Amino acid sequence: MLRDDIIEYSLGVTHSEEAGKKIRKKVFFVTALLSIVTVVEVLIGVYWRPILGDTENTWSFVKAIFIALTVVKAGYIVMVFMHLGDERKMMKYFILLPYATFILYLLYLLFTEATFISEVVV
Amino acid sequence: MAGEVTKDYDQKTLWGGGRSPFSVSYGKMMMWFFLISDALTFGALLASLGFMKHQYIDVWPISEQVFTHFPFTHAHLPLLYVAVMTFILIVSSVTMVLAVEAGHRMDRKNVTFWLFWTVIGGAIFLGSQAWEWSTFIAGPDGDLSTWADNATLTQNLYGRGFTADNPIFAPVQYSQFFFFVTGFHGTHVLSGVVINLIILLGVVNGKYEKVGHYEMVEKVGLYWHFIDLVWVFVFTFYYLV
Repeated sequence: MLRDDIIEYSLGVTHSEEAGKKIRKKVFFVTALLSIVTVVEVLIGVYWRPILGDTENTWSFVKAIFIALTVVKAGYIVMVFMHLGDERKMMKYFILLPYATFILYLLYLLFTEATFISEVVV
Repeated sequence: MAGEVTKDYDQKTLWGGGRSPFSVSYGKMMMWFFLISDALTFGALLASLGFMKHQYIDVWPISEQVFTHFPFTHAHLPLLYVAVMTFILIVSSVTMVLAVEAGHRMDRKNVTFWLFWTVIGGAIFLGSQAWEWSTFIAGPDGDLSTWADNATLTQNLYGRGFTADNPIFAPVQYSQFFFFVTGFHGTHVLSGVVINLIILLGVVNGKYEKVGHYEMVEKVGLYWHFIDLVWVFVFTFYYLV
């Protein structure tokens, strides 16, 4: 029984066989990408010390790479797997911007305080 | 077509405003609300982990030197098992996307197939986490058997804190955050597996065929992907950085 008199159903929750093929292709691409990024992260984690040398600067550099790769992975999961990329633009901003603003501010505050404690108090 | 109101609709499904906000159905929007609040909890948890790491920046253990074990072998394999767990969760997320996609084509057989493997993937992940916990409690060299020796965290070098008899100079927060972060995430995985199982039963019984759409699979899919998303961050901020 196909009902499109219910709004829940009429909001684009069906697609054709052809569209499905395209979506599956994209899904497999993202799968490969996520797996490769994870493998790269582990390899960097294991080998950066002998290759780059364990100094404060190289560690900050490696850390930045890790965080960038994580953001890439998170972006693909949210935008492709969770379909947020296919939602309305306002919906995207409405979900991501308040959250990102709050968490980045929280991180800024906490890291400032923690650095102070580690340098002065501990 | 999508999002356009062309017929008389059941008033309840239109949120009473005559139109669906953001052209998203009520259930999906509420799932996103829930996910945002849940993400705030996880965000705060990981931010406080970052606080502790920065506070104890000189003595915080390096996770890749702690988690070097792999089942059935005594080889030194840093982070490999955690990477395998990440891979398992990513794959189960993929099978979930495929279930949602099959649902969009009203393909009940494929929804059942992919949702079943999603449940299996979640269960394997939970088992892996149990192994990781027991290995962590049993000690870095596996010198305690978690079951036979009645091992507790206070016997473990990472759970003892700054005591005189502890050769590893590590804050006790390291193990506390390990159990809290992975435990809280694991609880989400457990509930996700149970919810997926309930939806799977509905699919098998033809419940969503009767309703006319598989949006329920999409909604639990959102939750399942969120769990995967959180693990991606846990993997980076607990294990790697």
